[in-house]
Amino acid sequence: MTRSRVMRSMGVIGLVAAMSVLGVACGNSKSGGNGGSGGSTIAFMGAGTGPDAQLGINISNGAQLAFNQWTSKDKKKYTFTKYDTQGDPTQASSQAKKVVQDKALVVIGPAFSGESKTADPILEKAKIPSISASATAVSLAHQGFKYWHRILSNDDVQGPGDADFMVKTLGAKKVAVIDDQSEYGKGLGDAVRGQLKKDNVTVSPSGTLDPKGTDYSTTVNQIKAANPDTIFFAGYYSAAAKLVKQLRKAGVKGHFVSGDGSQDEKLATQAGTAANGALLSCTCSLAVGSSDPAAQKFEAAYKAAYHTEPSTYSAEGFDTMNIILQAIDKGNTTSAKINEYLKTLDYKGVSKPIKFTDTGELAGNLLFFTEIVNGKLKFLGDAKSSKPVNGG
Amino acid sequence: MHSLNFWPSTVDGLTLGAIYALIALGYTLVYGVLRLINFAHSEVFMVGTFAMLFTLNGLGINKQETGIALVGLLLLSLVVSAAASGATAVIVEFVAYRPLRKHGSSKLAALISAIGASFFLQEVFALRYGRDQRGFPDMMSDPTLFTIGGSEVNLSKVLVFFGAIIMMVLLDLFVNGSRLGRGIRATAQDPETAVLMGVNIDRVIMLTFLVGGLMAGAGAMLFGIRFGITQYNVGFLLGIKAFTAAVLGGIGNIRGALLGGLLLGLVESYGASVLGSEWKDVVSFVLLILVLMFRPTGLLGERLMRARA
Repeated sequence: MTRSRVMRSMGVIGLVAAMSVLGVACGNSKSGGNGGSGGSTIAFMGAGTGPDAQLGINISNGAQLAFNQWTSKDKKKYTFTKYDTQGDPTQASSQAKKVVQDKALVVIGPAFSGESKTADPILEKAKIPSISASATAVSLAHQGFKYWHRILSNDDVQGPGDADFMVKTLGAKKVAVIDDQSEYGKGLGDAVRGQLKKDNVTVSPSGTLDPKGTDYSTTVNQIKAANPDTIFFAGYYSAAAKLVKQLRKAGVKGHFVSGDGSQDEKLATQAGTAANGALLSCTCSLAVGSSDPAAQKFEAAYKAAYHTEPSTYSAEGFDTMNIILQAIDKGNTTSAKINEYLKTLDYKGVSKPIKFTDTGELAGNLLFFTEIVNGKLKFLGDAKSSKPVNGG
Repeated sequence: MHSLNFWPSTVDGLTLGAIYALIALGYTLVYGVLRLINFAHSEVFMVGTFAMLFTLNGLGINKQETGIALVGLLLLSLVVSAAASGATAVIVEFVAYRPLRKHGSSKLAALISAIGASFFLQEVFALRYGRDQRGFPDMMSDPTLFTIGGSEVNLSKVLVFFGAIIMMVLLDLFVNGSRLGRGIRATAQDPETAVLMGVNIDRVIMLTFLVGGLMAGAGAMLFGIRFGITQYNVGFLLGIKAFTAAVLGGIGNIRGALLGGLLLGLVESYGASVLGSEWKDVVSFVLLILVLMFRPTGLLGERLMRARA
């Protein structure tokens, strides 16, 4: 009995292997032979390695899960390929050229805003539709692109939303705003500064730091001297970890608030106890602890596949892949047809309802909050109703 | 224009400068003896930070230690980091430089070999332990010991600054006062005559790398106390800064490394405070260029070893 089961599962594995080989071979001949008729590669572009790789991995894991769950009979014709940009704009532009060369059908990504700046024009020129699950820089939507989309609201929503949260929920009177000078960090930081000024809240100090540096004592000293009740950092988790660690070590109290770039459990593993109480906003939704059955199913499947809770952008990666697969299921097998399909899309994702505007932006303004509690991410829900657990 | 924050900037500048100085010693010692810039020295430092991380994790440290336990832990970290960095430096010398020296190859070849060793070590650590930054466990509470001009001075900053100064004084005594130190100075002055006088050059070079590595390891441990974080490429930026400090003070000159390190730390700290963090590196390199324009051999001159012998 056991033996035959083993044999049978061996057979299944063999069959799957054979099928995938066939699939790859088929895909290759297709993309090599008649170029125009639509490729077979669903590409992911984002960091798979590099200092902020975890965010990229979260997206590709979500997308991979959706692809694995896909039951279409045409599945063997398609492959899901990851193009590692290391989160670096230079790498992203060369990977975008590779994506074009491989005649990808559609791209999930690029993940970060900086790399989107260099990669998007190449994808647009090649008429390959792209859906980013995480790039939130406002300017990306202002390039008049027809093939570009993102399934989360931009920094214009996040910045003012963060400011409102700090003022209304945390009761902030004086806020330090520090950004990391990146495309993403500067955009978000400026949006927060602008809204805080509108709300008549003092911004002091307002500064920048070098994410590659280690010693943030200058910034820490400025914050200490100004003694704000809330500190907002616009940047990614590796710099956020160093900053919050040095702030707490220097005895700076007050809420530490940051954006989606810092929403990762690694903020807690790298900064240790200093990260506890950090409040992290995201236009993405963690979709953890939801009452929606589809989201619950997603959470369980993700945990089973990767032995960890879905993390930042995992749900968006999952939704993005499902949107693409739905398009294919409905007979949209070329890049052009998929792009047309996205215009009419009205999809209920596990992360949020998804609809695109004419510019490729997500319709509706949505912001969510997460808090680090005992070294773990705890999803607080919609920004307007979020209540911090430890109060920062 | 921001405020200078004079006292806090001074305290933090000196703390960082002390770490720069400890790493700078490795560049300066090797240059003094071999006229070679050991670009792998930044990775010698990096290995030290990882050694400390593994020691803390290996001991299962997950709460703040106090009293004797903390002192023991700090000393153990110092010994392990210094040993790991020292061993790395010696191995790099043995594998990457000695074979080239035996074949009488050019200084340029050794330089490339140094860069190769640097990349090799970085990638080994990146592949083995990941490219993500890693945090140290929170091993000690960091109480304020005293205040200077309204700036709180924490235990960790005191440890880093005085730890570094003590290490450098010991090194200075060793090089200028001991028999082995005399061998180092003799080789630095004139390798051929040193051989004729019975100095074993290979041993002296190995010793030089070892001592430089030990200092980098001590620097790594102090860095761990102060910043509590490491990464496979943590040495890159620090290495450049430490090298700058060595040149600033006069490369080949031990006391110059101390002066250069502290000065660079202070200037960076003041520059970043007044002009904003983004100007930090501009300020320090402008200083370097200015100093080299008027004193091409650095503040204390290149050849203290020669002058003092």
